[in-house]
Amino acid sequence: MLERQSNLKAWFYLAPAMALLSVFTFYPLFNAFFLAFLEDYEFLLGTASGFTILGNFQKVITSPNFGIAMKNTSVITFISVPISVVVALLISVALNSIKKFQSIFQTVFFLPYVTNAIAIGMAFAFIFHTDFGLLNTALGWVGIDPVNWIGLGASWETAMFALLVYTIWGGLAFKIMVFLSGLQSIDKQYYDAARVDATPRRRVFTKITVPLLSPMIAYITITSFIGAFKAYRTIIGMFGTSLRPPGTLSKDSLITIVGLVYDALYHADATGKISEAAAASIILFSITLTFTLIQMQINKRRVHF
Amino acid sequence: MDKNIISNRVKVQQIVVRILVYSFLVLFGIFVLIPFYWMILTSIKDINQIRTEIPPSLIISFKQIKFWENYSAAWVAAPYWKYMLNTVTVAAISTTGTVFTTIFASFAFSRLNFKGRDILFMALISTMMIPGEMFVITNYITVANLGWYNDSQSYVQALLALTMPFMTSVFYIFFLRQTFKQIPDELYLAAKVDGTSDWKYLWRIMVPMASPTIITITILNAMGTWSAYIWPKLVTTKDEYRLVTNGLREAYSELAGQVMYNQQMAAALIVTTPLLITFLFLRKYIMRGVSRSGIKG
Repeated sequence: MLERQSNLKAWFYLAPAMALLSVFTFYPLFNAFFLAFLEDYEFLLGTASGFTILGNFQKVITSPNFGIAMKNTSVITFISVPISVVVALLISVALNSIKKFQSIFQTVFFLPYVTNAIAIGMAFAFIFHTDFGLLNTALGWVGIDPVNWIGLGASWETAMFALLVYTIWGGLAFKIMVFLSGLQSIDKQYYDAARVDATPRRRVFTKITVPLLSPMIAYITITSFIGAFKAYRTIIGMFGTSLRPPGTLSKDSLITIVGLVYDALYHADATGKISEAAAASIILFSITLTFTLIQMQINKRRVHF
Repeated sequence: MDKNIISNRVKVQQIVVRILVYSFLVLFGIFVLIPFYWMILTSIKDINQIRTEIPPSLIISFKQIKFWENYSAAWVAAPYWKYMLNTVTVAAISTTGTVFTTIFASFAFSRLNFKGRDILFMALISTMMIPGEMFVITNYITVANLGWYNDSQSYVQALLALTMPFMTSVFYIFFLRQTFKQIPDELYLAAKVDGTSDWKYLWRIMVPMASPTIITITILNAMGTWSAYIWPKLVTTKDEYRLVTNGLREAYSELAGQVMYNQQMAAALIVTTPLLITFLFLRKYIMRGVSRSGIKG
């Protein structure tokens, strides 16, 4: 070893970050579990009447919103992630194959990443407006009557469709950039060899591009699943804090698991609400953790390199 | 003869493929740009034109443009000036904090050799897969217990509540450590031979060499603050302490009724434009940071 240990010095450099992380990252992680097991916790007084093992989880799971939130979160995740991963993959392969206008296209496809989720959500809400919206105008050209997407009393299905379009739109940019940087790092030799053998394009795509890009596809899929499970700001952007189209019942709400956490947290002053928020966040964590573990298992088997 | 036919066929095929590729890209390019176009178009339309024209027109003649009216009305509908000032202040404080704590921690993780380094680093990395909501709950309590969040909240207290939890970032430490690790050991050893201290080496050699990454961190962090919505909503008690995204959402929270759509879109654009301008000027740094973050190891 070239350098000797320098414990004291290292901790001098680590101290600012570690102090902040201890207070705002490590402690909260353990405390979330502690809070979730407190009974009747009063946040303002800092008192609790005792411990409960499943009480808070039971409150969260038996609340009518939980089923709705689970359904919405699952729909958002399992529809938007596969679509946006596949579309992003195709776009980045197309982008990588062209020379002219490449950087212009790249800039355009990246734009959604640098926008404000709330502001763009409002723009999407206006695209889906029944009378003045762009989508119904376009549907009018092909003779389809205006649809009440997210307006007064709109159905859950149409509102969810609108939300999915926005979610996919917002998720493309990051995926395209990561795939593109992955494609650019693939050794050109593979493609040259394929050209010598006159391999058809589809075969090149499925036998070279996808396998070589598989670590990146796996990475993107994991992070996208976790990201989609945490959907919340997009819904605030499109529907406001009510999380549903105006004039609809709460069963048609587009609330998600994260929405449950914040709904409880916004009522933090009420007895036990913080503990419910903590319980909901632990449920969220266990779902995302399960996903990560499943994905890791799949990757072990399928991913090349 | 045969060869010519084959090469012609290949050429035609290549052209067809190229046309298909470009059409595909243009199609999705339009899909990406539509919300921006719709925002801009709506923001310069007259409200009567919006309300009476069904279906709405997709273009606007120069004479019909109501740019100044809509934007000035949107600007005064909420104290955006104040919100933007708050946002810039919060971004400046938290970004400065993040950059310094990140530089120090990344230096320790990449350059110094200390007991438990790898275990500590793994512990940090593993927190990245935990949803932020788990931290938010306790941080909300912590901020209240520290006296930064109460009904008589002062501006300084609000700033502390808004910035302190965001003065460092595990992801940026991970990111900068990768860059620091690429700086050859020989430089460090040569500096040591010359009797340069670690502190001097960090600031004279490592930080300048890693400056593109540090710029990326600065930009991404500041842009994150600009789009922050949930935390500012949780920990500010007075409207005047809010950040720009909260201001935008709250100014137009009613979806029904006589909504001034043009002003709403103008306000949304006012909030989005600084981000877009930053992106267009600093494209290289932002894209670099994002595509780099996708590469493992």
